[in-house]
Amino acid sequence: MPDATGLELTAHEIRERDSDSILATEFSHGRAVLVAAAGSVIDVLGALRERGYTFLASLHGVDYYPQQPRLGVLYELLDMSEVDRITVKIRVDTDDPRVPTATGLFPGAEFPEREVYDMFGVVFEGHPDLRRILMPEDFEGFPQRRDFPVGGEPVLFTHNERDGYGRWQ
Amino acid sequence: MSSLDTSSYRRREESITYSAESAGMGETHELLTLNIGPHHPATHGVLRLLATLEGEVVRDIKPIIGYVHTGIEKTAEQKAYWKVVPVIERMDYLAYYFNSMAYCGAVETLLELEVPERAQYLRVIHLELNRIMSHLVWLGTSALDLGAISMFWYCFRERESILDMFEMSSGQRMHTRYFQVGGVMEDIPPGFAAKLRRFCAEMPTRADQYADLLEKNQIVLERLRGTCALDQETLLKIGVTGPLLRAAGNPWDLRKAHPYSCYDRFDFKIPVGTVGDNYDRYRVRHAEIYESVKIIQQALDGLPDGPHITPNRKVSLPPRHELATSMEALIHHFKLVTEGFRVPAGEAYYPIEGPRGELGCFVRADGSSKPARVHMRDPSFVNLQALAPMVRGSYIADLIATLAMLDPVLGGIDR
Repeated sequence: MPDATGLELTAHEIRERDSDSILATEFSHGRAVLVAAAGSVIDVLGALRERGYTFLASLHGVDYYPQQPRLGVLYELLDMSEVDRITVKIRVDTDDPRVPTATGLFPGAEFPEREVYDMFGVVFEGHPDLRRILMPEDFEGFPQRRDFPVGGEPVLFTHNERDGYGRWQ
Repeated sequence: MSSLDTSSYRRREESITYSAESAGMGETHELLTLNIGPHHPATHGVLRLLATLEGEVVRDIKPIIGYVHTGIEKTAEQKAYWKVVPVIERMDYLAYYFNSMAYCGAVETLLELEVPERAQYLRVIHLELNRIMSHLVWLGTSALDLGAISMFWYCFRERESILDMFEMSSGQRMHTRYFQVGGVMEDIPPGFAAKLRRFCAEMPTRADQYADLLEKNQIVLERLRGTCALDQETLLKIGVTGPLLRAAGNPWDLRKAHPYSCYDRFDFKIPVGTVGDNYDRYRVRHAEIYESVKIIQQALDGLPDGPHITPNRKVSLPPRHELATSMEALIHHFKLVTEGFRVPAGEAYYPIEGPRGELGCFVRADGSSKPARVHMRDPSFVNLQALAPMVRGSYIADLIATLAMLDPVLGGIDR
């Protein structure tokens, strides 16, 4: 992990290219986080990739309810030669959650981005195949959001199949 | 079957074309879309593949997943931190110790909790036993896919003895809930060490026997050697880690690169392949069994004395006998069992080297006694994306072998 100073230096260098790209930095428990603007996340990821963070270890969504903007997308980047990790975090609102896709930089982001879309409803613009991945294709709602209730999921049996899938109660 | 027609779900299913399509290949050639799975013994779980075939050659393949999605990440948000461990273990059902290790590690990072030495050694022993167990299931079922049914029985025989040891230490054979936040549930019982030593002495000779059976078999060699290779640059772009990446010659292993728990104290090697074909994938996993045995032996020899779980009573349950004599212990017990412990607000990502690659657990705490978000970066989920580039242009028989060597666990993919 870069230490707190290293993180500030990285943030400073990226800000020199585009002053609005990095909104804040967070450093806690030895974990370095760059909070980026949603529109410029590809530039930030690209700049970090040039600095050696060439491996996208994980991409996942978070719902920060009741904070605003609610949704977060986290990119866990890894520098394999320096064994160094850095996290890029962006925040988007639930009204129109649009984020440019990272599949151009990291082809392995395809499945994780589909999962974030499936679970949180974040639309990744330019994604080659943005469909639900874990939930059924006709599922309504985004189940990992904090205001999505648990339980009441209809189970399809032969006796209620005629009523239509997902139209229970 | 008229009732099926009314369901919109069924209508969507029917919209997938299975028919032979002409694809500008003249009157004598056409592409065939073949559905494989979700219920098929060679898919290692409930995986569905839509393969586009030109004769016997795979032109494209689309994995369709989600059939065993159980919403464990959502369930985890409804439970106190220590009650999450049993559900999270059920994600990748062949790597349950790894799942709980990644989760406990993330929570311990947020709590800034020190794990006692003995607990770390006990964790390493169980993690490596679990790695051997997972590789044995992989080897047995993969050999089965290649037509070697006897390997299945031999591998499951050794797996049984590992499960017996899990039963000895925790009472359960699978999904043991042995790892707790702050340490392990209880110390190993008398007789466990002797049994483990017997196992460690026997396992390498068993692994030799597997190699004798498989590596002198012309059918196995011809089906594995030189098939469906993928270079490490492509693998890294896709995000593949673990034995698949090491088979392509990249010695990336988090146990060495970024040692967690107490892996920096053991002497072991990282097996790597050369070209990254199916044979290398087999050889790397097979060689890892020997290295895991070496780690277990060293951990057992150097097992330090001390507590098996943190003495911090705000996190770990007090010993049973204290409840009868200490009021304070009773209060701690009550608080832990009813509410659980609270974790200060923050986020942590804890990556470990699972049997299939980087297994990272992300936990967000909001200050309450339940996690606000748990996400598992499961290696099978990411590695599955490499299937299409691996098999494009090879025969459909090689697709089955490659899928076996990919070692996907659908419980981990769908979570």
